[in-house]
Amino acid sequence: MTVTAPVARKRSALTKGQLPAFAPYVVLAVALVLGAAILALIGFNAFGWGLVSAILFTIGLVGWSAAVEGGRKANDKLATCLIVGSFLVALLPLISVIWTVLVNGIPGIITPGFLTTSMNGVTGALDNKSVDDGTKVLGGVYHALLGTVQITLLATVISVPVGLLTAIYLVEYGNDRALARAITFFVDVMTGIPSIVAGLFSAAFFFAVVGPGTKTGAVAAVALSVLMIPVVVRSSEEMLKIVPNELREAAYALGVRKWRTILKVVIPTAISGIASGVTLAIARVIGETAPILVTAGFATTINNNVFGGWMASLPTFIYTQILNPTSPSNPDPSSQRAWGAALVLIILVMLLNLGARLIARIFAPKAGR
Amino acid sequence: MSKRIDVKDLNVYYGSFLAVEGVNINIEAKSVTAFIGPSGCGKSTFLRTLNRMHEVLPGARVEGEVLLDGDNLYGPGVDPVTVRTQVGMVFQRPNPFPTMSIRDNVLAGVKLNNKKISKGAADALVEKSLRGANLWNEVKDRLEKPGSGLSGGQQQRLCIARAIAVEPQVILMDEPCSALDPISTLAVEDLINELKDEYTVVIVTHNMQQAARVSDKTAFFNIAGTGKPGKLIEFADTTTIFNNPSQKATEDYVSGRFG
Repeated sequence: MTVTAPVARKRSALTKGQLPAFAPYVVLAVALVLGAAILALIGFNAFGWGLVSAILFTIGLVGWSAAVEGGRKANDKLATCLIVGSFLVALLPLISVIWTVLVNGIPGIITPGFLTTSMNGVTGALDNKSVDDGTKVLGGVYHALLGTVQITLLATVISVPVGLLTAIYLVEYGNDRALARAITFFVDVMTGIPSIVAGLFSAAFFFAVVGPGTKTGAVAAVALSVLMIPVVVRSSEEMLKIVPNELREAAYALGVRKWRTILKVVIPTAISGIASGVTLAIARVIGETAPILVTAGFATTINNNVFGGWMASLPTFIYTQILNPTSPSNPDPSSQRAWGAALVLIILVMLLNLGARLIARIFAPKAGR
Repeated sequence: MSKRIDVKDLNVYYGSFLAVEGVNINIEAKSVTAFIGPSGCGKSTFLRTLNRMHEVLPGARVEGEVLLDGDNLYGPGVDPVTVRTQVGMVFQRPNPFPTMSIRDNVLAGVKLNNKKISKGAADALVEKSLRGANLWNEVKDRLEKPGSGLSGGQQQRLCIARAIAVEPQVILMDEPCSALDPISTLAVEDLINELKDEYTVVIVTHNMQQAARVSDKTAFFNIAGTGKPGKLIEFADTTTIFNNPSQKATEDYVSGRFG
């Protein structure tokens, strides 16, 4: 057993003055009261109250801290206030968007038949009637939901093999050759292509190859895959790069061929990252409006064939419902359907993101004893 | 089931940089040979030329001959993959495949090459390899658990089991104990002693006591200065290298005067 010499208790020479633990709350309360008072002089509004109170809180807390604790702690508190402030500013639009879409979208989405019917046969007269009589709004997003799912699925089927194989070439075979560098450069350029340009490219391509006026889901899928491929290449490339070289060497040392090493060791190790990258790429293009307008047109009826006929999608549905209400004299039912479709779209994207996390977790290399 | 290695006038390059120059060495079958020398003298680089792992790095190449029982590894038309099935390798850091279970890690050499193997034969191979690597008793109840859950020393022995499961002629070990604690090091050293009954073992080590403990013959590599190529200075029985070396540099190194 060791014996320690008793140490006499005294005030530690290693500390300086400290603010009490309740200091931030006191300053906050004072700032809120003062802010309300100042705002009352020039006319009260909630946004101004929050802003003025935040500034007062920062000044008060930093000043008090500088007086008691010294400059370093005061700087720390100032930085904390600025960072929390920026966080709140960044959060505001997000909460605002979700709130607005929820409030406006829920009446649409809970209307019976909204998710299971199309706009086929829904006319302005029916909308006028529903406004006049207060009956339920007819028509729904089934055709648009179906179109979005089909177009996105086809775009994924096109983009993932192209993107993944490109990434494999860049990481495993490229060796910084001229071709690899050119591909990297053009992938970067493709990342910046405005989506409408991708749509116009796809439309022009199919007009030239298939025939003028070709507007189908497949044309839209090609347009979306132009947008998706660079995202898939980029994310897959990063994921393949972080697979440790040791694993490749371990496989080579066992006499495994390079392509089998890539297929059986490298890709399985990176698959969770690749899968979530692909899902995020899908989430990125699922809300595209402009390229779909010029490639798939807008339909009001259910179209099960991606390769023939105009096709609706959720973004174009929202766009047309808002811009050209079914009943020009009574736009409310159309706007209710548009908000409902927006909510469906947001839920779809959210599900995709959750799916990405789930996929990442399922495929992740398991640790454990 | 082991072959000898004879190296003739081997120069090893990274691009235009000559990393190791003029190596001549004869490694007997069923023996343990240790490579010692200061850092950066080309021991590991040279070791990697013995199973053509060197050329995995971009721009890396060799000149000269490496004969495995008389067959030149660098002869025209030789498939590096065939070479690597004959000359296995264990790396400095344990690197079990994270996506595979312990059992699949041992079978990796077979399964990754898509060879058909019956379940009974696979079980037997797993047990034989793990017993060969002194790991069977520790993992036999959790063969389906991931290999990354084992301790560092166990992972390294798993990598050795994985290497011997493909039944090579020669096993190369690149500082296999440098990431391990003394107990695990002892386990791996015991294993090396057993492995030499069946395999030709070549081991790179920074630990001279380890070289003295495990090897029959020792090769001392040295480098004249930064940017100069590494050279094989002396190759002799381990007792000779440590007790009665013929070169001054060897004596200085093994007696701890530099390096």
